[in-house]
Amino acid sequence: MEERIPAVAMRDITKRFGPVVANDNCWLNIYRGEILALLGENGSGKTTLMNMLSGVYFPDEGTIAIDGKHVVIRSPKDAFALGIGMIHQHFKLVDVLTAAENIVLGLPGKLDLKAATAKIREICDTYQFDVDPNQKIYDMSVSQKQTVEIVKVLYRGADILILDEPTAVLTPQETDKLFAVLRNMRNDGKAIVIITHKMHEVEALSDRVAVLRHGQFVGDMLTKNTNAQEMTNMMVGHPVVLNIKRPEPVNPKPRIEVKGLTVRSMDGFLKLEDVSFTANSGEILGIAGISGCGQKELLEAIAGLQPVEAGSISYVNDNGEREELLGKDPLSIQSMGVALSFVPEDRLGMGLVANMDLADNMMLRSFRRGKSLFTDRHSPHKLAENVVHDLDVQTPSVETPVRRLSGGNVQKVLVGREIAEAPKVLLTAYAVRGLDINSSYTIYDLINEQKAAGVAVIYVGEDLDVLLELADRILVLCGGKVSGIIPGRGAKKRDVGLMMTKLGGVGE
Amino acid sequence: MFDIVSFIPRAVMQGIPLMLGCTGETITEKSGNLNLGTAGIMYVGGICGVIGAFLYENSGVVMVPVLTVLIPLLSCLLGSLLMGLLYCFLTVTLRANQNVTGLAMTTFGVGFGNFFGGSLIKLVKADIPSVVLTKTSLVFSRKLPFAGNLGWFGRIFLNYSFLAYAAIALALIASYVLKRTRTGLHLRAVGENPSTADTAGINVVRYKYTATCLGSMISGLGGLYYVMDYASGVWTNGAFGDRGWLAVALVIFTIWRPNVSIFASILFGGLYILNIYIPTGPNLAIKEIYKMAPYVVTIIVLIITSMRNKRENQPPAALGLPYFREER
Amino acid sequence: MIQISKRGSLSRGKALIIRAVGLLLGILLCSLITVIVTGQNPTEVFATIFKGSFGSNRKTWIFLQNTAVLLMISLAVTPAFRMRCWNLGAEGQVLAGAMATTACMYLLAGKVSNATAIICMLFSAMVAGAVWAGIPAFFKARFNTNETLFTLMMNYVAMQIVSFFCVKWENPKGSGQMGIINQKTQFGWLPQVGNRYLLVIILAVVLTLFMFFYLNSTKHGFELTVVGESERTARYVGIKVERVIIRTMLLSGLICGLTGFLLVGGINHNVSSEIAGGQGFTAVMVSWLAKFNPIIMVLFSALLIFLGAGAKELATGLGLNQSFGEMLTAILIFFIIGSEFFINYKISFHKKEREVK
Repeated sequence: MEERIPAVAMRDITKRFGPVVANDNCWLNIYRGEILALLGENGSGKTTLMNMLSGVYFPDEGTIAIDGKHVVIRSPKDAFALGIGMIHQHFKLVDVLTAAENIVLGLPGKLDLKAATAKIREICDTYQFDVDPNQKIYDMSVSQKQTVEIVKVLYRGADILILDEPTAVLTPQETDKLFAVLRNMRNDGKAIVIITHKMHEVEALSDRVAVLRHGQFVGDMLTKNTNAQEMTNMMVGHPVVLNIKRPEPVNPKPRIEVKGLTVRSMDGFLKLEDVSFTANSGEILGIAGISGCGQKELLEAIAGLQPVEAGSISYVNDNGEREELLGKDPLSIQSMGVALSFVPEDRLGMGLVANMDLADNMMLRSFRRGKSLFTDRHSPHKLAENVVHDLDVQTPSVETPVRRLSGGNVQKVLVGREIAEAPKVLLTAYAVRGLDINSSYTIYDLINEQKAAGVAVIYVGEDLDVLLELADRILVLCGGKVSGIIPGRGAKKRDVGLMMTKLGGVGE
Repeated sequence: MFDIVSFIPRAVMQGIPLMLGCTGETITEKSGNLNLGTAGIMYVGGICGVIGAFLYENSGVVMVPVLTVLIPLLSCLLGSLLMGLLYCFLTVTLRANQNVTGLAMTTFGVGFGNFFGGSLIKLVKADIPSVVLTKTSLVFSRKLPFAGNLGWFGRIFLNYSFLAYAAIALALIASYVLKRTRTGLHLRAVGENPSTADTAGINVVRYKYTATCLGSMISGLGGLYYVMDYASGVWTNGAFGDRGWLAVALVIFTIWRPNVSIFASILFGGLYILNIYIPTGPNLAIKEIYKMAPYVVTIIVLIITSMRNKRENQPPAALGLPYFREER
Repeated sequence: MIQISKRGSLSRGKALIIRAVGLLLGILLCSLITVIVTGQNPTEVFATIFKGSFGSNRKTWIFLQNTAVLLMISLAVTPAFRMRCWNLGAEGQVLAGAMATTACMYLLAGKVSNATAIICMLFSAMVAGAVWAGIPAFFKARFNTNETLFTLMMNYVAMQIVSFFCVKWENPKGSGQMGIINQKTQFGWLPQVGNRYLLVIILAVVLTLFMFFYLNSTKHGFELTVVGESERTARYVGIKVERVIIRTMLLSGLICGLTGFLLVGGINHNVSSEIAGGQGFTAVMVSWLAKFNPIIMVLFSALLIFLGAGAKELATGLGLNQSFGEMLTAILIFFIIGSEFFINYKISFHKKEREVK
């Protein structure tokens, strides 16, 4: 079987970004009629390698051959000409243009949107996509945008498709649909590469697996001959335990009570409708839902960052007294003595300031302390040193701007700061998104520690497998409404998936 | 009395430099470059035209109409092209801050214009501090043939030189290209989201250079029109004033639509000269208040568009930001 | 082939060398142009430029005074820039301060004591400057109105207001200008400290230190830096973004107003729409070139004033036009802006792709 000429053969590829070596003499084979899963931890160079294939980057060293013929790919145009199309993790779409305009973007020839629309409809019919060519991108849901990306690649006649973490934003049902499409394409003889972190997806979809580590190719094998544990060990380089601990909650008591919460976005759409629940101390409340179903608004409403239309959010203190948090901004919540920590989804755009160093980022929470007009720089500096030491943050010094740290270390800095506030309530949004396995487990451990210390944790997650293993109770959101609240122990993934797409989740 | 028939042609002529400046700047901004150097570029365009015409008029050869137009036109285009290239080199290739580069370009352009203007003035040793290029101006300001015969119609619609009609044509063409052609689509994509344009195989750097240089050349024509037609071939240092900045303001006023700029520039032109047409009697000071009109109107439009906050009326999303592909 | 990549970080020494090389190249080009235009030999040209600022005692004092004025305006725009709010309206804010000062001098003449008048002038100037900056700031904070163009337009509105009063209060009649205000009585003229230049210089020094500590060591300074880096982060940690925007712009306008007060009351005793002389824009460049560091701004203000004065000296000595200086200054700025690239990015040259079989 390995006698076939690969559709793509990358050899001895090296790529540096300044002092960072992203790919180091890396090589890879991609075959037609096969789905290849490209595995590797964050920073192992998967995306960079694929970007060189799609012409976004140009390799410093090494060669690429397509169907046995040596080629030079200098630009995305060259890649299209060779039938290579990539669907990036962050969608490459222009918001103010329509789907059709985005799809024909970059192609040569006269602009004929009518003909383009017809061709798009044809592609959609073949694979049963649901895309309105005349809809503006900013009006679309994430899954619609992804479909546009796939149509874009097919429109260009690509027969080598690369998908970079395509399921990160999809529901289980949408994922199943995407996989069906990909299998169809494979059966048509296309070569497909999928970059993912999720082991069960690798097992469900791929025919072959290739693993990268530290920018180098470690090995490849047929999916049917391997298993999750072996693949993970290859990625990390040493054996890893894949279980998440879930200690029993300690003396749970209501801490946050949300009643009838309704939130409308700036454009007037209902983001949350009549949401009610209680978060207990010493317990992890997981929030599941399709991305954009109101998770962000829910956490921000509790944190005092989101204007609310109706409802109430009360904080119950240790003596059982209630205090209303609604209508208060973060500053007044803090001054009420409510210790509330929030790890937001957008770490560098909201939680931290990318251009500031670790110490100044610690100061974000503490700079107001004291009556003095001047800031106290000493204690944040000390806190930064403690966080670096306790959470094993890889950084040259605490004077390094956080933008230079890797994703996992950035998250450790953020979580470290929020935990240092000794919170009673901890809100986390996608705390392990984009983190490699080691960092993810560090974060799970930190969250469990907080739970053990009696903190009420609200954990918004996207990976259902993790939610099912970590959370004591799971609240499922569907279109801004509570679809149900179920115990985490013994919950079935299929049921949660159904609840995410349909209120109550009963029936097909 | 308010003399509308003589007011409109003056307003149009006043509006043409703004229209050219605005069209040029719109094309530039659509590529994501906020060129605050437009004021300087228009100066350079004007003075380069003047230098070309001056050399030709004083070269001693018999003047041919074609060359009388071509020489100043080409020197104007060359001058403003070089300014555009300079801006691109600094902001696109060297990724310098666009605002600072633009301001420095304006300082440079105004300095360049006044320096060469001043030098020419010294050269001719005239009594008044200006250079007069009557022969060139006569060709540049030639009106359409029937302008004088058709009464008010002729005076309002036919009473302009070729550059004025060219300005309107350029605005319409720019509008068409931006809206209906592939080049326009690609340009918009570059200004909205350069990294997406890049992955779609569009050469971002080339689009930025081309659009900005083309935009500069069109803006530069505004300076040329001002000297050769509006000012009847008289270059006086500083006379061009703040029209460049008004052109930049017009881009926002027109919400990045060159076809709208045709009417908007004429409106602004009218506001600019309103103080001459409104009788004030002996109270001269009040004229200075009327001169505020274009700026105040721009401010009001600025506020209204920001309050309405409509998706389609927003500036290109990547306006003012440098693009670097290997950013990570 | 050429490859460009972002530098991790660069030592201060190396960055300084790159800037110095950029500046040197700029000076080289400028002198080349000067030599070509004037036909003089370079040493003479440099000597003349130097004489522009240090040719006599008086010239040195004027150099220091002008540096102080430019520095003050640069300091004024800096907190706004640090907040990524492009305040291009310093020109208008200075004019507003200057006009308020003038109005006090003109209207209060002979009605109150000199000291009272000066206090009125100072306060009204600072308030006027702050209002002029506060209007765009309000709309920026409330509706996110583009402040770059708003402040720019406010400059021209201010100019027209000044022109209006210059005509209204013209002296002598028919000149359209105000002339020297209260020339006989010297009413409202600021007292001299040591000599007529020192007051402004001392104030600029004080202001530089104030701004340095304000930006780097105070809670206000920290807040505005966070707002500049990321509004969402600022909101997340409970900073009231709207309030910080307005407060910072008011401070900008206040200092501009103060500068206008000094220009009219202390230096020129005269007002015109040209009194700020484009320094509102030069200040933007000074502030940016100094990377918003008040101490380094002293150097850049001095450099630009030095070049301007030198070019003026060249111009008068050789019968050149004064705008020559503006041109040369701009060329130098191009070089300084350009050299930033080599500080932030690394360029490496590869001979050819390595062929690997």
